[in-house]
Amino acid sequence: MKQWKRLGMAVALSAACGALGMAGPAAAQLKYDGVTVNVVTFTGPQIAEPLQRRAPDFQKLTGAKINVITVPFSDFYNKLLNDFATGTNSYDATVFAPQWMVDFIEPGYLQDITDRVKADAALKWNDIGPFFRDFSATYNGKVYTIPLDGDFQMVYYRSDLLKQANMAPPKTWDDYIAIAKAFQGKDLDGDGKPDYGSCIAKKRSAQSYWMVLSVAGGFLQSKGTGQGLFFDTETMAPLVNNEAFKAALKVYVETTKYAPPDEINLDVGDTRGLFTSGRCALTLDWGDIGTLAVDPTTSKVQDKVGAVVLPGSSKVLDRASGKLVDCTKETCPYAVDGINHAPFAAFGGWSGAINAAKDQKVKDAAYDFLSYMSQPEQANVDVTIGKTGFNPYRTSQFESLDLWLKAGMSKAAAENYLGAIKDSLNSPNMVLDLRVPQNQRYEQVVLDTAVARLLAGEIDVDKAATEIETGWNEATEELGKDAQLKAYRAALGVK
Amino acid sequence: MQYDVAEPRGRLIDERRTDFMTWADRVSPAAFIMPAVLVILALSIFPLIVSVYLSLARVKFEKGGVTVTFIGLLNYKKLLFGTQQFHLIGTLMPITPLGWTFVSIAVALLALWLVTTARHGVASIGLVGRLLVAVAVVALVLLVAATASEGGQLGTIGVTLTYVLIGVCVQYGLGLGLALLCVQNLRGRGFFRVVFFLPMMITPVGVAYTFRMLTDTTKGPFAPLWQWVGLGDFAWAATAWGARVAVMIGDAWQWTPFMFIVLLAAIEGQPREQVEAANVDGANHWQIFRFITWPAIMPVTITLVLIRVIEAFKIVDLPNVLTNGGPGIASESMTLHAYSAWRALDIGGSAAIAYMLMFIVTFFCVAFVNLVRARPAGAATGPQR
Repeated sequence: MKQWKRLGMAVALSAACGALGMAGPAAAQLKYDGVTVNVVTFTGPQIAEPLQRRAPDFQKLTGAKINVITVPFSDFYNKLLNDFATGTNSYDATVFAPQWMVDFIEPGYLQDITDRVKADAALKWNDIGPFFRDFSATYNGKVYTIPLDGDFQMVYYRSDLLKQANMAPPKTWDDYIAIAKAFQGKDLDGDGKPDYGSCIAKKRSAQSYWMVLSVAGGFLQSKGTGQGLFFDTETMAPLVNNEAFKAALKVYVETTKYAPPDEINLDVGDTRGLFTSGRCALTLDWGDIGTLAVDPTTSKVQDKVGAVVLPGSSKVLDRASGKLVDCTKETCPYAVDGINHAPFAAFGGWSGAINAAKDQKVKDAAYDFLSYMSQPEQANVDVTIGKTGFNPYRTSQFESLDLWLKAGMSKAAAENYLGAIKDSLNSPNMVLDLRVPQNQRYEQVVLDTAVARLLAGEIDVDKAATEIETGWNEATEELGKDAQLKAYRAALGVK
Repeated sequence: MQYDVAEPRGRLIDERRTDFMTWADRVSPAAFIMPAVLVILALSIFPLIVSVYLSLARVKFEKGGVTVTFIGLLNYKKLLFGTQQFHLIGTLMPITPLGWTFVSIAVALLALWLVTTARHGVASIGLVGRLLVAVAVVALVLLVAATASEGGQLGTIGVTLTYVLIGVCVQYGLGLGLALLCVQNLRGRGFFRVVFFLPMMITPVGVAYTFRMLTDTTKGPFAPLWQWVGLGDFAWAATAWGARVAVMIGDAWQWTPFMFIVLLAAIEGQPREQVEAANVDGANHWQIFRFITWPAIMPVTITLVLIRVIEAFKIVDLPNVLTNGGPGIASESMTLHAYSAWRALDIGGSAAIAYMLMFIVTFFCVAFVNLVRARPAGAATGPQR
C-alpha cells in the first residue's frame, strides 16, 4: 500500500513539474531551493491576491520563495522607476502596467524574454490573445512581459431592470445617459431607498482617468486603431481642444448627475461594490464586474448583469476642422448601424516582467513564477474569480464556456459577458492606450487633474480642454517632441 | 616656585603636559561635536543644498541613474506665472468692488498699525520686518479677494494657509478649553485626561481613514444620522469647503490633544499663590484667567503654536487619504502638491514647491515669533496701569 502511495506521489509530482516545463521531479523540487523572488505589484487586493495565493504552491513545486510586495497604484510607477534607475534593485520582478514598459525597456531595466517564451511549451504562448501578445508583451519585436490579465473597458447594465423598463442596452452615450436618468433615484435593490442610475469611478489620483478616455474613444477615433486617440500622428498636436473631446467631457459630466453624491470621490473598488450590491443600473469598468457579479458571497445581482461594448457616437471628429461630423462610410468605416464604437484597451492588462539586473538564478525563478501564473492551468481558473482582478486574455478562456459555468455564471450570462469582450477584442477600431515615454504624466497628472477640476465645477469644459492641451504640449516639449512622436507612431504601428 | 628651581626637566614635562591639556581643552569641544555636525550636514544641510539645485533643474531618469539639466528659474516661473499657477497660487479673477473694499480696509489697518508701531520707537530693523509682514498680509488679502471672485479658486498656498490659520486657532481654542476643564476639581477628570489624549496616539493615516468612513453619508457609520437630518445626498468630499472642513475637523481631532496636554501642564504649573491671592481679592474666573493664567501660559503658547504651525504647514496625510486633494484641487495642501509632482517624476517642480513652502513657513514663523514675543511684556504691564 505504501509503495502505491509513493508511486502516486511521484506521478503527481512529475505531472506538476511537467506543467512547469522542468527537467524532472528531483531537479524541479530543489531547483530554486533558497532562492527568494521579490515581486512588486499594486496594493490591490486584486492582482496581488492571486500572486500571494499561488506563491506557496509555486514554492512547494520549485523551492523558490515568492515575496509579493505591494505599493499604492498612484506610487507604483514612481517607486518602480526609482528602484531600477538608482540601481537599488530591490524588486526582482514586477506585475505592472505594460503601458509603462517603454520607460523601463529603453534604459534596459527589463529582461528580454523572447527566447524563453518561445522555448516554454507550458506557457502556451499562442493561446494568449494576439492583442495582448503584441501590445502588452512586445516592444520593438521583442517580448518583455508575460500577460496575466486582459483589460478592456465595457459598460455593464442591470439586465433585469432594463427588461422591466423595456429598454435596450446602451449603444450610444446618449442612450447611456437616458438609462441612467430613468433609474436615478429609484429603488434598485429592494431596500426601499433610492439608488443610482450610473456609478463610474471618478476619484482623482486613482484609476479614473481611463473612464473619460473610454467615453472619448467613440467621438475621437473612427478610422481604426492606427488613427490613435491622443495625438495627431503627424504633428503630435493633442486631440483634446476640439468639439469631439468636449462632447465627451460633457457626457462625462452629465453622468455625474445620475450618480451617488460622492461619485467624484469613488474608486473602482467603490463602484464595483455599489454595482454588485444592486445599487446602480449602469457602470463602466474593466472585465472584473462580470466575475464579481456571480460571486455569491458579495453579489446581489447574480444573473442580472449584462455587458456591452463601449457605447459610441453617431458623430465623430473631423481632424482637419476639429468639428464633429456625421458618421458616413468615409468618416466611420467601422460603424455599426451608423454608430462608431471604439473599445478602449485601457491599461492593457497587468503583465509580469523581470529585472534584468538580477542574478541569473533569481531571474530564472522569476520567469518560472510568471509563466506558472499565466499557464492555462492557473490562469483559466483565476480569470473566473472576481477578486483576482484578472480578466480573460487567452483564447481558451473565451472558448471554454465550462470555465464560466463552473464559476457560477449562467450560460446566457457567460455568453453575454464573453461576447462583449470578443466584440471589443475583435474591433478594428480598438483604441490603444497611450504608450510614450512618461505617459503617466500625460494621463495620471495632466488629464486626471483637469478632469477632476471639471467634475468639481472648478473649470468648464472649454477650460478643461485648454488645460489638457497646454499640459500635454508642455510635457511633449520638455520630453522632446520628435522622440515622443516617434514612440507614439511606433505604438500605433504607423509607418 | 620650588618646583621650577628644583626640577627643570620635570617642569618642562609639566609644561608640555599643560600645553597638551590646553590644546585638548581647546579642540575637544569641536572634536566631540564634530560627529553630530557631520551627521546633521550629511542628513539635513547637504540634501537642503542639493534640493536647491534640483529646484533649478529638470531631472530625467535614465539608465544608470538620472541626468540633471540646469534650467534656471523655469520651475518657479511655471508655478508662479505659468501653467501651474492655478495649482499653486490659484485661479485669479478680477477683484470685485466688494473685494477692493476689503483690501482697502486691510491696507488702512496695516498702515495704522505701522504708524503706531513707528511712533512707539521700534528699532529700524523691527520696522523693516513689520513692513515686510504688512506687504505679505496685503498680498494674502489680494489673493483671497482675487480667488473669492466669481470663477476664482484657491490654489494650494491658499488651502494650506486655511488649514494653518483656521486649523491651529481651532485646535488651540479647543485644547485650552479642555485643559481649563481638566484643571477643575471635577469627577472623572483623570479619565478624561487620558481620553482626550488618545487621538494623538493614532497614526495620521488611520485618522484619515476613520474620517473617510465617518464622512461617508451613504454607507458610513453615521449614514442613518445623515439621512435622518436630510443630508443623505450630501457628500463632504464633493464640495470645496465641505472637503476642506472635513480635513480640518480630522486635523483638529488629531492635534487638539497635543495642545491640550501641553496647556494642561502649563496651567497646572502656574504659581498658585497668585491665583489664591486673586481669589482673596475677589477676582472672578475671567479676571484670574486674563491677568494671571494667560500671561503665565503665554511663553508656552508661543512655542506650542509655533510647533503646530510648522507641522500644520506640512499637512499631507489627511487630504491625501480623505479627499485625494479633491474635489478638483480644492483640498490639496502644498505638501500634497509637491508629493503629486514628485510622484509624476517632476523632481525639479516638486523641489520648487517644497522650497516655496519652506520660504513661507520660515517667514511666517519668524514674523510670528517677533511680533508675539513683545506682547507678554505689554500684557503684563496692562493690569498694572
